[in-house]
Amino acid sequence: MRMGRRIATTLRRTVIHAGPTVLGIIVLDFLLLQLMPGDAADVIATEAGVATAETMAAIRERFGLDQPVLTQLMNFLGHLAQFDLGYSPRYNMPVLDMIMMRLPGTLLLMVTALSLALAMGVIVGSVMAAWAGRWPDRVLSVVVLLLYSMPGFWVGLMAVVLFSVKLGWLPSDGNMTIGAELTGFGLVADRLSHLVLPALALASFFVAVYARLTRASMLEVQRQDFMRTAHGKGLHPFFIQLRHALRNALIPVTTVAGMHLGNLLGGAVVVETLFGWPGMGRLALEAVLARDFSVLLGVLLLSSFLVILANVTIDLLHAWLDPRIGEAG
Amino acid sequence: MSTTFRTTRRAALAGLSALPWMGRDGFAAPKTGGTLTFVQNSEPQTLVALTTTATPVLTVSAKVTEGLLEYDYDVNPRPSLATEWTISPDGKTYTFKLRPGVKFHDGKPFTSADVAHSIQLLKTVHPRGRNTFANVAEVQTPDPLTAVLVLSKPAPYLIRALTAAEAPMVPRHVYEGTDPRANPNGNAPIGTGPYKFKEWVRGSHILYERNPDYWQAGLPRIDRFVFKILPDTGARSIAFENGSGDIGYRTPVALSDLERLKKLPHLVFETKGTSYSYNVQCLQFNLDSQFFKHLKVRQAVAHAIDRALLVKTVCYGYGTVCYSPVAPGLKAFHDPTPSPYKFDLKKAEALLDEAGFPRGANKIRFKVPLDYNPIGDESRRACEFFRAVLGRVGIAVDVRAQDISAFAKRIYTDREFDFTFNGHSNLFDPTVGVQRIYWSKNFKKGVPFSNGSNYNNPKVDALLEGAAVENDPVKRKAMFVEFQKIVGEELPDISLYSPLYLTIKNKRVHEDSLTADGVEANMAHVWLDT
Repeated sequence: MRMGRRIATTLRRTVIHAGPTVLGIIVLDFLLLQLMPGDAADVIATEAGVATAETMAAIRERFGLDQPVLTQLMNFLGHLAQFDLGYSPRYNMPVLDMIMMRLPGTLLLMVTALSLALAMGVIVGSVMAAWAGRWPDRVLSVVVLLLYSMPGFWVGLMAVVLFSVKLGWLPSDGNMTIGAELTGFGLVADRLSHLVLPALALASFFVAVYARLTRASMLEVQRQDFMRTAHGKGLHPFFIQLRHALRNALIPVTTVAGMHLGNLLGGAVVVETLFGWPGMGRLALEAVLARDFSVLLGVLLLSSFLVILANVTIDLLHAWLDPRIGEAG
Repeated sequence: MSTTFRTTRRAALAGLSALPWMGRDGFAAPKTGGTLTFVQNSEPQTLVALTTTATPVLTVSAKVTEGLLEYDYDVNPRPSLATEWTISPDGKTYTFKLRPGVKFHDGKPFTSADVAHSIQLLKTVHPRGRNTFANVAEVQTPDPLTAVLVLSKPAPYLIRALTAAEAPMVPRHVYEGTDPRANPNGNAPIGTGPYKFKEWVRGSHILYERNPDYWQAGLPRIDRFVFKILPDTGARSIAFENGSGDIGYRTPVALSDLERLKKLPHLVFETKGTSYSYNVQCLQFNLDSQFFKHLKVRQAVAHAIDRALLVKTVCYGYGTVCYSPVAPGLKAFHDPTPSPYKFDLKKAEALLDEAGFPRGANKIRFKVPLDYNPIGDESRRACEFFRAVLGRVGIAVDVRAQDISAFAKRIYTDREFDFTFNGHSNLFDPTVGVQRIYWSKNFKKGVPFSNGSNYNNPKVDALLEGAAVENDPVKRKAMFVEFQKIVGEELPDISLYSPLYLTIKNKRVHEDSLTADGVEANMAHVWLDT
């Protein structure tokens, strides 16, 4: 019962905060984008390598760029109020459709990478903490340091060179074999084989972060009174580490992981480009370069929803992990 | 004995390859079936090259939407959707006989009404068509298989503008009464082409399938045509290396990767099929700049640049030195006379002194920013080259980077630049590709690839305007040669080189580049070893 109330409180608070946050993000994004030099018509004309004044004017009219900035903002917000993200004249389709084509790919990549990073990070960190100062800790420290200092795209490139060029085990690009028309197990295996390398590339840095964080938090907990009590009760050391040390150590790890979701979206741009992965990060990058602001605002809006959603999840997780959290609210 | 045998066999093979049923590249008989994977640098905005001429669109368009003509490597017209054509002696009437029995993918017949509507659309919404077809007063359709273009003035370049990607023939019944820019046909096209649209997964791929009812019997040969979108150069190299990509054009990998890739036995490097459009890279001056408004300063810059070294270092040798804005590839118009300003650093120094820019503190004459067109990965390296060589004569160059939108705004709208490393596509004719850069009436603020130098010479204007309507090829060439001589002396820009583009393909791919526009054409003949 108390658990339910805590969760309700957390949810209510988040929803109240989310509205103004999202509106602020949208307006700020919109205004910041106005500062970028050049517009969609410049890009389209430059890509075409040729233009006339008439075609430029026609493009601007189609994009609504001939309107004053404030009118453009009001139009956008007006559409948004009707749950309409607008239309991309560049690609000649609704922004929502464009995002929905990319969202599953990005979510799959991000959730896989984050889960992978959390799972591996926590395991490695626990092992390091349990053997602190002895050789497993030393060896893993070096590995973690390497992962921490190598940029994800480089890890990805090297993995591609090894696994898809030299060994030929895994595909180097895309998210599926095009035109293969697979079903059932074949389909899943195909998707998974395409997912492995990008997910690893995206996760590598975060494995290092979570491993170090887990190690530090667990070592800090080791000296607490309740740990001594647990030892005193004669519990098995494995369960002490799992139920007492790790559970406490998870609070900082999950907090940081929640914040990393935004970073992952940023990192996804690089990894998606490298692996030709049809995701939202690339869509955002392409929208920036093309000055296709309706698409970009749509992506940013959705990303802010994702981040807020992740924060809610983390809050709820904390409420479950540590009963003291959420009571004050 | 064995020598005789070999010779005989070679002669026999040579004889055999001339037989029509053999593959056109003299290989064995074509095979059918399979999936061709085209490595596509970036996502096209649309699948029909009607409202844009962006490179990513050109590759995907012609497979579905065809043109009236195709062209051999020397850009001589050959039949495609039109089987015969005549041009009246005054150059003002073009009569096209259309191929009978051609059907769009939805089963409707292709007729002269579609030609008339397409030309009309090209004239209004196509970025280049506005100029190319400007003189077309009307398109008459005396019968369903005859289309007559009536021109107000001659347009000697028009007959070379009718490829599938430059002048696509779209179905009238789909476009009539709609906004062509918003027409859904751009996202799921139907045409007369050898391949039918199947799906477009944004960010991943575009899939075309064999059109079993194609008008050319026995074609196409492959079952599926996949465009795989790979925006990363490294990823594209890997795709060619591990065989997951079959073909890509305009040198789809980093030039620095070419040497490594050339060692791989399964890759072929093709230079055919690049003669429809040549680029010329240049250093373009803003003639309103406080430095470059002086002819002597421009001449000094010209004297300071060793084009051969530039091509060797920046382009890894993949380029042809060029002194003229008309590319050497456009043999009918190119003037091969070298620049009057030879590579000579002493001369450069002397000219700068004369122009009133002596070496000052730190031996620097003046500081100037250099902007570059970010399309093409050698641009940045070229600018580093200019920074080094101009530094030697006392001009301190500060290289400024920006994305294409910012670049276009800076050069053509705000005009806040001194000089820029830029490139222009010549296309199939100087009137279409070159005139726009030097014609004073095309100094238009806000229009990319207009007269960015703000060059204004009435003599040049007269030559360009004359050549645009001159029917006599000899007189026309003379006008262009004179034009090249004048701009070569006056230097609104310094033409440097024409890039050499390679098509990279897996050796299992055959008959891919049979026309001037190579893989931008419909690729109906392409086949794969299985």
